[in-house]
Amino acid sequence: MIATQGLTHRYHSKKGVLSHEIVFPDLAVERGESFLLLGNSGSGKTTLLHLLGGLLRPLTGKIEIEKIDIASLSETELDRMRGRQIGFVFQRNHLISALTVKNNLLMAPFLAGEKQHEERVDLVLDELGLREKKNAMIFELSQGQAQRVAIARAIINKPSLILADEPTSALDDKNCDQVIELLNKVAMENNAALIVATHDHRLKSRLKNQIIL
Amino acid sequence: MSIQLLIWNYFKAKKLNTGLNILLLSLGIAMITLLILFNNQLEEKMTNNSKGIDLVVGAKGSPLQLILCAVFHVDFPTGNIKLREADRLAKHRLVKYAIPLALGDSYQGFRVVGTNRAYSSLYQADLASGDWWEKDLEVTLGSSVAQLTKLKVGDHFESAHGLTKDGHAHDENKYVVKGILKQSGTVVDNLILTTISSVWKEHAESSSDSTMQQLPTSPSLLVSSVEASDSIREITSLLIKYKNPIAAIQLPRFINTQTSMQAASPAFEMARLFTLLGVGADALMGFAYVLIFISGLSIFIALYSSLKERRYDMAIMRSMGASRSLLFKTIILEGSILTFVGASLGLAFGHLVLGVFVHLMEEGQKAGLTAGVFYAEEAVILVGSVVLGVFCSLLPAIQAYRVDIHKVLASN
Ligand SMILES: Nc1ncnc2c1ncn2[C@@H]1O[C@H](COP(=O)(O)OP(=O)(O)OP(=O)(O)O)[C@@H](O)[C@H]1O
Ligand SMILES: [Mg+2]
Repeated sequence: MIATQGLTHRYHSKKGVLSHEIVFPDLAVERGESFLLLGNSGSGKTTLLHLLGGLLRPLTGKIEIEKIDIASLSETELDRMRGRQIGFVFQRNHLISALTVKNNLLMAPFLAGEKQHEERVDLVLDELGLREKKNAMIFELSQGQAQRVAIARAIINKPSLILADEPTSALDDKNCDQVIELLNKVAMENNAALIVATHDHRLKSRLKNQIIL
Repeated sequence: MSIQLLIWNYFKAKKLNTGLNILLLSLGIAMITLLILFNNQLEEKMTNNSKGIDLVVGAKGSPLQLILCAVFHVDFPTGNIKLREADRLAKHRLVKYAIPLALGDSYQGFRVVGTNRAYSSLYQADLASGDWWEKDLEVTLGSSVAQLTKLKVGDHFESAHGLTKDGHAHDENKYVVKGILKQSGTVVDNLILTTISSVWKEHAESSSDSTMQQLPTSPSLLVSSVEASDSIREITSLLIKYKNPIAAIQLPRFINTQTSMQAASPAFEMARLFTLLGVGADALMGFAYVLIFISGLSIFIALYSSLKERRYDMAIMRSMGASRSLLFKTIILEGSILTFVGASLGLAFGHLVLGVFVHLMEEGQKAGLTAGVFYAEEAVILVGSVVLGVFCSLLPAIQAYRVDIHKVLASN
């Protein structure tokens, strides 16, 4: 589903003199597989996820999603691909606070240029135990609930790849368990590839496949 | 979900800010709208009312006062002129026609005008009911007069001296309403028309009525019930239409230098008045533009500062597949919707204020102002406001276009 080859990225420091280069190991993840991306703080986990999601262009190397080299895509094609194939989950509530839960979810098909089905929203919310929060505003949610809404939004378009960046580090143990379980479950149900970047040790036992940076 | 719904929700999330911005803009626009409505309608009225009148002749005094009094009926006469002199002028070879006016009385603030039928035809006045005035003390009412005084055909009333509602009443002679005119949108709507000799009768303290009993042997051109040789009778003014363009050069000079009368041109005096009024209007207009400028700035600041809060939202939207141009479009739309709504409200507000003014104040109704007309300038305002909105949101929109998704999302 997704495979990389000889991926590197270089950051230039503000003064432009020092530059920081990160070399990433090659990886290949298929649909229905889930991987844990481990590494110390500053090791480049976020950078790798952004490269995989086409939010950042690599210095060298190749990224193939469904056999397509994403370097060959134009900016608009990349936007489209991201909207239809990839679901992101971030560390903190990256939900749009001016919108209700329902409209936050509907943003995903809207921005990806797909049909908006309210039944799909109901289904996904049901699955994540958020049925009664459908019309709630974002500030009315707890941290754990907000993170579950973010997961719901990530999977509503039935993506083939889910990229999660520290999805549990702001959560307590109970919510942490619930979130990673749900993430894993919905990924398998939707036959999507899942990559979770984290330095959260609580997750180490939860996913067998691990990539270490 | 749609762009409109998204923008609507962002507006809702900042109700106070959005409301204030719209209010500020709509106040400025309302002010401009009011000025436009006033100016245009006043100008229309003025040209309508002075149509067919090239020159006004009256007693010496302020030319502006003469015009305001004899054409628009809002000021007091400068004095009277001898009928015999007016007659002589009416026969002048450069005069196409001359209409005499005898002023002095009013009823409930509406002026009684002694004149002949040439005056009503000048404004193409039509009868709505009853008949034209013919004999002395018969009157035909303008439509507003009938409406506001509730006088009907056949009713009697007493006029009062001057233009005020409670002047000294002439109770010796009562006028009788012979007819009522249709609305013409001109000054005639506010006038009570009668014969010249009726006005004389009301003021007949010294002059004897005896001469009026028998028909004159050689009648005056302007007032046929009077001998042409009469040296006592006076009228207030004479409205003149030139026979040819040469008259415009010769006639005023002739009257002002060779006679004891004064000639004033409505067109010239109106232009003078407008430059005087123009200063005030310009000041108000300037103030309105300052309001609009401030609201533009405020919208810009609102969009720009909300952009900071929304950088995360935008990066997230990009991660969900939104293109750069969609974000750009959203911000531009947001700004222009804001100004469009503000301008629409402002236009509506301007019309509403004028409507209320006309409804509540007799003066507004008398001046013939209406809130129900729209001018091309208003469309220009609407379009201009949208342009202002686009302009104010341009920089924020460019920022949104350029937002670096990776940096924003990684910096958490
Ligand atoms: N915009 C940037 N400019 C310069 N250096 C950067 C920039 N972003 C990240 N880096 C550097 O690149 C390295 C990798 O950063 P990255 O955010 O990918 O790490 P991470 O593994 O996600 O860390 P954490 O676990 O703390 O989130 C870090 O050393 C960081 O200092
Ligand atoms: Mg990170």
